[in-house]
Amino acid sequence: MQPLLTVTGLEKRFGGVTAGKDVTFSLAAGEMLAIIGPNGAGKSTTFNMVGGQLKPDAGSIVLAGQDITGKPPREIWRLGVGRTFQIAQTFISMSVVENVQMALISHHGQTRSVKEAATRLHREAALGFLGRVGMADMAERPVNELAYGDVKRVELAIALASEPKLLLMDEPTAGMAPKERTALMQLTSDIARAHGIGVLFTEHDMDSVFGHADRILVLVRGEIIATGTPDEVRSNQRVKQVYLGEAGSQAALKARRQAAEVH
Amino acid sequence: MDFSFFVIQALSGLASASALFVIASGLTIVFGVTRIVNFAHGSFYMLGAYMAVTIVPWLLEFDRSPTLFFVGVLASAMVVGVLGVIMEVVLLRRIYRVPELFQLLATFGVVLIVQDVVLKIWGPVDITGPRAPGMRHGVEILGQRFPAYELFLIFVGPAVLGALLLIMHKTRFGVLIRAATQDREMVGALGVNQAMLFTGTLFLGAFLAGLGGALQIPRLPANTGMDLSIITEAFVVTVIGGMGSVPGAFIAALIIKMLEAFGILIFPKITLVLVFLLMAVVLVVKPWGLMGKPEVASGRAVLPEGILNLKGFSRNETVVWVVLTLALLLVPILGDTYKVKVGIEIMVFALAAFSLNLLIGNGGIVSFGHAAYFGVGAYAAGLLVTGPLKAPMELALVAAPLAGGLAAALFGYFIVRLHGIYLAMLTLAFAQITYAIFFQWVEVTGGDNGVVGVWPSRWAATREVYFYVVAVLALTSIVALRHLFYTPFGYTLRAARDSANRADAIGIDVKTHRWLAFIVAGAAAGLAGGLYSFSKGSIDPTMISIAMSIDFLMMILTGGIQTVMGPLVGTAVFHSVKDFFMPLTDFWRFFLGVSIIAIVLIFPKGVVGALEGLRERMGRRAPSPTTPPAVARETA
Repeated sequence: MQPLLTVTGLEKRFGGVTAGKDVTFSLAAGEMLAIIGPNGAGKSTTFNMVGGQLKPDAGSIVLAGQDITGKPPREIWRLGVGRTFQIAQTFISMSVVENVQMALISHHGQTRSVKEAATRLHREAALGFLGRVGMADMAERPVNELAYGDVKRVELAIALASEPKLLLMDEPTAGMAPKERTALMQLTSDIARAHGIGVLFTEHDMDSVFGHADRILVLVRGEIIATGTPDEVRSNQRVKQVYLGEAGSQAALKARRQAAEVH
Repeated sequence: MDFSFFVIQALSGLASASALFVIASGLTIVFGVTRIVNFAHGSFYMLGAYMAVTIVPWLLEFDRSPTLFFVGVLASAMVVGVLGVIMEVVLLRRIYRVPELFQLLATFGVVLIVQDVVLKIWGPVDITGPRAPGMRHGVEILGQRFPAYELFLIFVGPAVLGALLLIMHKTRFGVLIRAATQDREMVGALGVNQAMLFTGTLFLGAFLAGLGGALQIPRLPANTGMDLSIITEAFVVTVIGGMGSVPGAFIAALIIKMLEAFGILIFPKITLVLVFLLMAVVLVVKPWGLMGKPEVASGRAVLPEGILNLKGFSRNETVVWVVLTLALLLVPILGDTYKVKVGIEIMVFALAAFSLNLLIGNGGIVSFGHAAYFGVGAYAAGLLVTGPLKAPMELALVAAPLAGGLAAALFGYFIVRLHGIYLAMLTLAFAQITYAIFFQWVEVTGGDNGVVGVWPSRWAATREVYFYVVAVLALTSIVALRHLFYTPFGYTLRAARDSANRADAIGIDVKTHRWLAFIVAGAAAGLAGGLYSFSKGSIDPTMISIAMSIDFLMMILTGGIQTVMGPLVGTAVFHSVKDFFMPLTDFWRFFLGVSIIAIVLIFPKGVVGALEGLRERMGRRAPSPTTPPAVARETA
């Protein structure tokens, strides 16, 4: 099967710093791929090149057979890439359902419409997406009154509203309580599998990475030093040496055991 | 034109650049550290000049020596520096954390207060200062005479730049200023005494403004219009140079003044347009100016200042607004001529303020120059009727919104590319440039006097009929604009205000939507301006002035920018109060300034916001069985 996303030979330099060097990987529909690595390894750079926030110096990014290299974020979104941010970005003056309605209004190209009231558009569909992330009963609440974990779910619903093929999640569980983290990652992987959405995420939390990723990619100084299943990466000596260390390996092992119990 | 002429032209350009830099450097340093754009910087400059024309002649009576002249200049600057300290301690300290719209307004309040104080102390007549002893004569340069004082000024700018760079790099205070300019929060986290740093910075900034003013006295008589004329120039310099960058300000001042010095030879009429073009180009290529740095994004989700959860009218509210509208429509039948006049003005200003709130309250686009579009509409209508075309009122009232919309399309194209304080400064700069064009283009616009004879068509000639003309046009426009807030377009604007990142990530073209909003608001303001010109029977530059823009801002702030209808209430309250009190006092500006500061410090949510807050608190204290507190809040 043709992979959903194919990234080949990406390069990016900032002055003298190499943030990306021959970054090559692919991602299948329904797959959860985590990018991990120490601070400054080039995780965000890679991420932002796929999302269109940064232009690569070299290399190509192909989404479902279509070259999206260097296209602006809006166009990449139109071709089927949704994203969430490290610090959740929502429309905080609006209610939960209005947030998702807004995404649907944009998805249907109605942002310049001046006919009817915005709140009447796509309400049912928006409630449907909220249902998927378990937030339907909070639909009328102002988003600024929600707990952070719930805001993250709303953000996920917004990202899903455009029916993306690929979801980019920048540190999805940053700033969340441990219990909320597992719940959000489980929810994400369930949705990804059910709808065949590929998920590319960066993460520092070992539980999230080793518990929920199908494959892991380890970046150090802009280069991929290892890639494989969580178990392969966990037992990779080089990864242990330069990134995980003893404590990280322990945490990874624990996460694998827990994941095994769940499944 | 020979070579020597060019040299002289270049030298006077350098002298002006030098003088401008001294002033702008203070503004940029204060902004760098406090993140406040200090409107009152122009007032400090004016005070410096007035201090100098008071202190220097007194000193020169002892001995006409150059030393005493400069002692007087420095003493004047010191006095102004102390005034800066007072402003920091009394006002700025309380507003470091409020949104920039309020900061700008509060410092503008100080401008108004200073204007009346200066008028009270020194009177309205220009005061010519003494010339500098020992520098009264010309110097021969390539056969041309060049004033010695101008030559001296050329060296002042680089000297001040050198001194500032020394302070910035060799003293602890200077290092802290640079550190705070880069990352204010980190400096605070490192345990630096911020209060002292900020007070010191304000002293330095005000001192430089005062020095700039005091140095002007041999060239320019101290006058009451100095503050606003210099502040625009200083804004342009800091924006082009990059806000917070002293070397940037130096380069920008040089470029602008040289452009003016030589531009005047080629395009004598449009040097202003050249400066505007320069600024536009710089900002499009480098949105943070030549040497500025992007503002550090906080990344936190802060509840925006402006409209939060939009609701339709409840039944009671519908009744209230219908009754109010009917009462308004009865004014020409029941009221006297004065009430009809005030009614017309309130409707006109309400439309302008309402359109401004589409930008500020709903879009988060802080425009400090809405009078530009209002004024362009007024002039378009007025000039069509009185000019060679002698067009009828009907045509003029079609042209007014078109002209306002066109101006907004032109300026807005650049404005929506910027963010935050840069955006606000650019709106102001465009408004000032528009003002200057209409003010200076005397042959067409009548300059300061404007044009009279802008009368409605015969059928609408009486005040009562014209009242209904205004009522139909202004009220339908307001209803249409109100509808916009609720449509997908209005929601999209609000979405982009809440989180530009999120809006971008769901495929919204933020710039284009903001631009469209700008055009719509500009057209509405243009219509309001056209209507206003016929009600006054004349047009004049006050309709485009900063004061007019500030009035609009006051109207929406009085009503509160958190609600859609607030600006209408605010306009009615503000305009009635102004119309009633202004003829009674010589110190209207003083009181306006004090009220602006009071609103910023005490009622940042305006009248409607305060009422809603009150209702909310009452609701919480005594929840009735049918409306629990949470519901009461949502329907409030």
